Amino acid sequence: MKFGTGGKQRLASAKLHRIGSLIRKETRQIVRDPSSVAIGIVLPVVLILLFGYGLSLDVTEVPVAIVVEDPSPAATELAASFQLSHYFDAQLMTSMTRAQELMLSRKVDGIVRIRPDFSRSLSLGNAEVQILVHGVDANHARIIQAYAQGAIGQWAARRAAEGFTIVGGPVLVQSRMWFNEVNESRYFLVPGLIVLIMTLIGALLTALVMAREWERGTLEALFVTPVRTDEILLGKTVPYFVLGVIGLVLCLLAAKFLFSVPFRGSLAMLTAASMLYLLVALGIGLSISSTVKSQFVASQITVLVTFLPAVMLSGFLFDLRSMPVLVRLVTYALPARYYVVLLQTIFLAGDIWAVILPNMAVLAGMAAALVLLTYRATRKTLA
Amino acid sequence: MLEAFFRILALTRKELLQIFKDPRSRYSLLIPPILQCLIYGYVATYDLNDVPYAVLDQDRSAASQKLLAALDGSGVFHRVANLDRAADVRRTIDERRALLVLQIHPDFERRLMSGQSADLQVIADGRNSNTAGTAIGYLSTIIESFNAAWRNERGQPGAPVRLTTRAWYNPNLETRWHMIPALIGTLTFVQTLMLTGLSVAREREQGTFDQLLVTPFRPVEIMAGKALPAMFVGIVQATLVLLVAQLWFRIPFAGSFITLYAGLSVFLLAAVGMGLLLSSVAATMQQAMLLSFLLIMPFALLSGLTTPISSMPVFLQYMTLINPLRYAIDIAHRVYLEGVGLGLLFPELWPLAVIALVTLSGASWMFRHRLA
Repeated sequence: MKFGTGGKQRLASAKLHRIGSLIRKETRQIVRDPSSVAIGIVLPVVLILLFGYGLSLDVTEVPVAIVVEDPSPAATELAASFQLSHYFDAQLMTSMTRAQELMLSRKVDGIVRIRPDFSRSLSLGNAEVQILVHGVDANHARIIQAYAQGAIGQWAARRAAEGFTIVGGPVLVQSRMWFNEVNESRYFLVPGLIVLIMTLIGALLTALVMAREWERGTLEALFVTPVRTDEILLGKTVPYFVLGVIGLVLCLLAAKFLFSVPFRGSLAMLTAASMLYLLVALGIGLSISSTVKSQFVASQITVLVTFLPAVMLSGFLFDLRSMPVLVRLVTYALPARYYVVLLQTIFLAGDIWAVILPNMAVLAGMAAALVLLTYRATRKTLA
Repeated sequence: MLEAFFRILALTRKELLQIFKDPRSRYSLLIPPILQCLIYGYVATYDLNDVPYAVLDQDRSAASQKLLAALDGSGVFHRVANLDRAADVRRTIDERRALLVLQIHPDFERRLMSGQSADLQVIADGRNSNTAGTAIGYLSTIIESFNAAWRNERGQPGAPVRLTTRAWYNPNLETRWHMIPALIGTLTFVQTLMLTGLSVAREREQGTFDQLLVTPFRPVEIMAGKALPAMFVGIVQATLVLLVAQLWFRIPFAGSFITLYAGLSVFLLAAVGMGLLLSSVAATMQQAMLLSFLLIMPFALLSGLTTPISSMPVFLQYMTLINPLRYAIDIAHRVYLEGVGLGLLFPELWPLAVIALVTLSGASWMFRHRLA
């Protein structure tokens, strides 16, 4: 075949045409199989609603038992400060055995014990209040301890105002929490949730696609047509990318309007970071499925490398700095880590370039590497 | 009856061979639980052991140095910067160089010496407010002991009320003690559900399910043949996690193994039932995988594993009542950490039994009427 002056142009238009028809084929397949639409649209909506409401580390109305063994006014006042606090759902009682029974059956999460000699030792300046917490959920228990300290602090302040004792130590800690002044755990959990959802839908959408074509032998059928590897990959990516973007938009709308997470950055930055990450997630799915070529193994691997690591190792819940060095090194290989930082910063702090640029650069590098990996894994077997 | 038993046994044997013969599937069932358990044992913790902080010391006095020395000597706080200007505070926090910034006012020592109380201004990066809150808590504890030492040296009276706290079942309040026993349930749940869900879907997709149907096997026997191997794999995985918990992390086991395994078996029955029900609905492996994900995600995250059930809105708390993982995690905690016996586990066991009954009978109905 000979090409004239317009040959190159015709070649390019033929290429575009091939990609176009591949995209059309893939889109039809998506539309015909409702499960892909379910992942792209229904899954994000369900997840953001369920977890946006469900995940919270905030503790209110903790059931506690207050054991008052001392009938003095000072002790009663102290017990009252627990009853007034909206952090506690306090039950007054006089028997320690009863309180212990309640704790054993997990009817209460903590016991505050005011001993019989409380008011006498208070006048001597060495009074003691005992707090027992159910320690199985350590984080929960620590929060309860802190609230109990707060309740006792308020009581001490009230007594000081009445002129009983001097309050407070020499150094008083005055703390302020920037970016999240109201200390609402949802503000950082919802952006983290978006990371989780994007990882899942991105990787899941494509994980089985290539493996299925290998298993069914339809990829070989594609090979004998004039389409090239890059065209096949592009044809696979574009429709799923569009589907993922729809899911993303739904999540962001929910974060802003349903959970009223403060949004201090720019929409442009948010979009750029999210699309980049979606590309990485799709790349993970594609490279896994084109490497292992079996739907069963591809699905197992996708679950292992996406879901739990994105929960545990991304910094979405647990602080990365407290992890052992070896694990911390592993987290650097995890794209979710960078996206969590980006989202938390863009949502809560604003467009801070010193944070955004390096993290975006890493994500871009990962996207490129994954595309290359998939390309090679698909091409090698062509020969 | 006996024949049926042998047929189920044969099918179980075939399933197990299929699972363990392929090295990829063998490793994907045995290695991940151990690895995940090790990794999450180290990472899934709300405890902090490294808090980078910066300080804006406008006093530069002996007292302020002493306070900072107490922080630096704690092993948890490490100073990343000494700031000179108040304007630097914002940048240090914005760019995530420090989690906390301490500001010591110029009159810090003077106020302390004159017996007044001095403020220590703390600014925390609230992008993860839980971490920030924990760090402030640690700081308060250190300041508390600094205060006590300061009073003591100067013969001032102590604080009016002393607080002594004690935590049951987890004296040092380590998140790991909460997390690892919970993983016994979580990891086995994820893999048994997927194993049963996908294995039937694979047979249907490859057409071997039809071959099974023309054999003398009855649908219920096929179902049992799929359920037993998955439960076996689940028990093996649970044992691996248990071994890591005790031999590696040395978390003391307070209960009895028989109780734990009895509870786990009921739980696995419920998990397998869900997997079978799911696989009878899904026509392809892709659908099976999607469905299992749709189940695993909410079940894992709304089980009390990472955030407490009591912090959820009330209607979601009711929804967790149909979550088998919730009960498995409760059982693991209660047996492992609290050491309760089988009798006290009744509130967790009967819902699991109900879930198992409903899902298994639902699945067997589907096997008879839809697939066969």
